[in-house]
Amino acid sequence: MAITQANSLAVTRIRRFDRVQRAAHWANAALFGLLIFTAIPLYFGSFFSVVMPRHLMEMIHLWSGLALPIPIIVSLLGPWGRQMRRDLGRINYWTRSEIRWIKTLGKTPLEADKFNPGQKLNSIFTGTVIIIMLGTGSMLQWFRFFPVPWRLGATFVHDVFAFAIFAVVVGHIFMALAHRDSLRSMFTGWVSEKWAATNAASWLKEKQLKGDSPNSR
Amino acid sequence: MASATNDPAPKAPIKRVAVGRRTLLGVTALGALGVVFGSSVQNFLGKAFGSGLGGLLPGGDRFRIYSITGAYPKIADRDYRLKVSGLVERPRTFTLEDLKAMPPTSFVKAFQCVTGWRVPEVHWAGVRLSDILDSVGVKPEAVALKFESYDRADTESLTIDQAHLPDVIVAYSMLGAPVTTEHGGPVRLYVAPMFGYKSLKWLSAIRVVNAVEPGFWEENGYPVNGWLDGTTGPANPDPSLT
Repeated sequence: MAITQANSLAVTRIRRFDRVQRAAHWANAALFGLLIFTAIPLYFGSFFSVVMPRHLMEMIHLWSGLALPIPIIVSLLGPWGRQMRRDLGRINYWTRSEIRWIKTLGKTPLEADKFNPGQKLNSIFTGTVIIIMLGTGSMLQWFRFFPVPWRLGATFVHDVFAFAIFAVVVGHIFMALAHRDSLRSMFTGWVSEKWAATNAASWLKEKQLKGDSPNSR
Repeated sequence: MASATNDPAPKAPIKRVAVGRRTLLGVTALGALGVVFGSSVQNFLGKAFGSGLGGLLPGGDRFRIYSITGAYPKIADRDYRLKVSGLVERPRTFTLEDLKAMPPTSFVKAFQCVTGWRVPEVHWAGVRLSDILDSVGVKPEAVALKFESYDRADTESLTIDQAHLPDVIVAYSMLGAPVTTEHGGPVRLYVAPMFGYKSLKWLSAIRVVNAVEPGFWEENGYPVNGWLDGTTGPANPDPSLT
């Protein structure tokens, strides 16, 4: 059985991301990129102020920050967001073996879902930091409404998470570059069945059980 | 390869845990705690381990460099002038040498920005503003001071009484060294009991006037009296302290 399938595996494509998801991902990535790009001269002001007009950097940072939740919210809420909502459920709900896998840092065997626990954690982190950065960032922008100790706390939290985000984003990009098939699917939407068999076996099985036709979602 | 895959899923539903929601709520709560208690924790760590640790933590104890114009005026020490004019008996222009020849004063105090960052234990040195005022002789009808900056954008104000506080200085040294360009060097104002925006950078002129003229930041909505403890002013920045 496995042998007879081997020939067809390479050519069969499976839909991993629909258009809405890809648009949401790249819009989100662009906003994060702008935020990081403008954060660096704002944070390390003394080195950059001569090169970059600070006020412009501030405005870009503020507006991309305020826009940050929009791609995810819009892609989730509309009638176009079915796939997005379904995947949100996958990211949210973990099996025991997934939890074990992340706790052992990937050393226990796992038949991966559409997303492996590391990818799920990356998504959860992204969602969480959007809330935290938007919240603390708003406190810094509209500081008048908050007591001084809270402003200090918001600065502290905003800074700590900024470092964490930078590390995770760099890690995310490295992982994407190391896993080209995965990266390609974020551009084209498709993965090969062969890829799914090794990287998302449980998802593939689920699809086959449901009797989804090839090239289906 | 084939042996690694099991048979189709068992009939009983697999138990699943909402890890995503839990993590999101948990970490967000952690962030909220950080906002409320972050400054106390930073204070505690600073006191327990010295300010050195604060420098290692991201976000702790560091200056954010602001400039209204987006550029830093670069003034050579020998070109620096502080013009004191207005309601004074003897208008005078001070060079950096003149200021350094006056009785120096120095102390260690925090720099607290109104937007919420703070650098504790900054070493400051310079001349008391009151000494400068005494040397030029303030006329009796004088009420306030207007400060101007080499950046041609920032202005500030203080009342004569505020200007006589002992920790209001014209600073030429900061962090144990001459005030750097980005910190407003060679000479800046440092108003210790007020928020950082009162401590005008690149100080170029002091005019003694008969009414308080709100400065740049005050025109933009900050309290004219930027007391750190928020004790005055209708536009009080700190609702918790009213």
